[in-house]
Amino acid sequence: MTTAPSPGGARISAALWRRPWLRASLTLTPPLAWFFVIYLASLAVLLLTSLWSVDPFTNNLHHQLTFANFREIFTATYLRIIWRTVVLAALVTITDVVLALPFAYFMARVATRRVRAALFVAVLLPLWASYLARVYAWIVILTKGGTLNWAFRHVGLPEPNIGYTHTAMWLVFSYIWLPFMIIPVYTSLERIPDSLIEASSDLGARQFRTLRTVVWPLALPGIVAGSIFTFSLTLGDFITPLLIGGTNSNLIGNVIYDNIGTANNLPFAAALAIVPIVIMTIYLLGARFLGAFEAM
Amino acid sequence: MKPPRNRRPRWLPTVLALVAAVTLLGACGSSAKTSTPTPGGTSGTAGLKVPTADMAPLESIGKGEGKVNVIAWDGYTEPEWVKPFETQTGCKVNTKVGTTSSDMVSLMANGGGGQYDLVSASGDADLRLIYGGDVRPVNVDLIPAWKDFHPFLQSPSFNTIDGIHYGVSLQFGPNTLLYAKSAFPTAPDTWKVIYDTKYKGKVTVPNNPIQIADAALYLSKSQPDLGIKDPYELTQTQFAAAVALLKDQKVLVKKYWNLPSEEESLFKNGETVVGASWPVQTGNLKKSGFAADDTIPKEGATGWADSWLLATKAPHPNCAYLWMKYISEPRPQAQQALSFGETPANRKACPIMDELEKGGCARLHADKPEAYYQSLQFWKTPLAQCGDGKTDCVPFQKWVAAWTEITG
Repeated sequence: MTTAPSPGGARISAALWRRPWLRASLTLTPPLAWFFVIYLASLAVLLLTSLWSVDPFTNNLHHQLTFANFREIFTATYLRIIWRTVVLAALVTITDVVLALPFAYFMARVATRRVRAALFVAVLLPLWASYLARVYAWIVILTKGGTLNWAFRHVGLPEPNIGYTHTAMWLVFSYIWLPFMIIPVYTSLERIPDSLIEASSDLGARQFRTLRTVVWPLALPGIVAGSIFTFSLTLGDFITPLLIGGTNSNLIGNVIYDNIGTANNLPFAAALAIVPIVIMTIYLLGARFLGAFEAM
Repeated sequence: MKPPRNRRPRWLPTVLALVAAVTLLGACGSSAKTSTPTPGGTSGTAGLKVPTADMAPLESIGKGEGKVNVIAWDGYTEPEWVKPFETQTGCKVNTKVGTTSSDMVSLMANGGGGQYDLVSASGDADLRLIYGGDVRPVNVDLIPAWKDFHPFLQSPSFNTIDGIHYGVSLQFGPNTLLYAKSAFPTAPDTWKVIYDTKYKGKVTVPNNPIQIADAALYLSKSQPDLGIKDPYELTQTQFAAAVALLKDQKVLVKKYWNLPSEEESLFKNGETVVGASWPVQTGNLKKSGFAADDTIPKEGATGWADSWLLATKAPHPNCAYLWMKYISEPRPQAQQALSFGETPANRKACPIMDELEKGGCARLHADKPEAYYQSLQFWKTPLAQCGDGKTDCVPFQKWVAAWTEITG
């Protein structure tokens, strides 16, 4: 079959038009290749590595499959650290929901356009500063000679002295991840049509009932989306505990970091890295079970 | 409307096949590197033989290859002493900064990969590199300044095995006892202060598994019946005693510090008054006007010591030797010591340190009598091999696991 001579570009374009399957596969190949080769394959390698072990003499990897790393995880030390991480992540998430709900509600439904813009900037502004700068700022506030103790002393109250404690970690995490909760909650609240709330009150529901039966279910996807951020970000973090945590402040991330950076025990680090993946899977399945994704 | 939940995507088998293929490939590719356990060696640490021990070292330094690729700690190849070397020898120094000991070990894997010539590794990485076969014997006769080294750094156990040198010592420093003068008008003379309930909540120690050796060193003097001879070669009983001591210490510790600057602010804020430290913190605290000082207590102290090790597959051996020869000379030794805040291996560096900075030699403890240095136990990788032919010592991985258990 011959075609009339035409510029190359036009010929390619025509060829693609005649073969839709070629067009589709050309468009989809790069993202799919990225997904499979970089994302899924690295997860597979992670899983495989977790079944290896390290020679205690030479630090070389042994490639015989063993479940020793996973057995090691199920000992008191690591279970305690995993439990601590999950509880902290849950506390941070709850704190952020409690703080974000009224704030986002005000932004979405009460504030004037100008106030809303100002609040938006206020929420997002901290994200412009480096994570480290913000954690260090909290050290300055919470440490013994710091701003918080100074303020309490001047009001005549006993000094709280919460630098380098679990409370400090909870406070700093709640602060750092708050924007990641406010924005999705705001988006979901903003999408609720006024007419639904009017209809609710027309039908005789009082404000609290409207909040509970109309606003809350519609805000839930936003809350779940936000909680995925706050929960998983806390679950994987190791810098805040390193900087502001005291003794007993190791999270899963710190143990992974130590096993790679200090011990060179990659298999055990890989096994530990699977723990947050499992926890997040359970979390997402739970959220789905509760119907959080129905409205998405 | 939701799609029916049980509809299984048709591409799923393809994906699974792909993942399986990649996994298999990964497994095959890397299984080539699997180490075959060396059958009982005849010499050295029982059951362990250095793979490169029989490699003949260079007899004489030939013409430079024009460059040398080194893996170094940040601040170890500053222009101040690298520039003169480059003009002298025509060897250009290319530096890859190693961030941690493990990082250095990984970079040096497979004999430096045919890419790197030298690594400025610390004692806790040296044995891993040597027994991993990543570094090769060095002929110290080609490094004249080696004879001016402190005797204890000429053939230290962390870079010399069975009389074969796998590197030349570079610089070292002690892990000191740092104290605030407000709490200690006179210098404490024992490590007991960091295990003493009197200072509850006022103690800080490094967040590093090698800290177990500090506890072992203290126990070797306070509980002699444990029979600890070397704080890095601990039997299960000795190890358990050190770990128990550190667990008791935890309630006294305010924070396990990660960066020198962290310990400095802990002292400045009044959170802590005593702790295990490096000389650099003492210097900085004094400079900022804070009343603190450090000491080496009667039990002695642990310390770190760095060496330049030669990669098994070094592509530029002549330039590498020229570098080891140059960096061992008094002037570059003094320059690096002052710039980084550590003690040079070459004894003749002291007058030059004073010439470059008034009191520089004393500031970095380079003028102490040999007895002072004898009291230092330098970091080395804890191995299962105890050095006395037994293989029941606790290896480093167990140290890391125990440290996780201690710090919780």
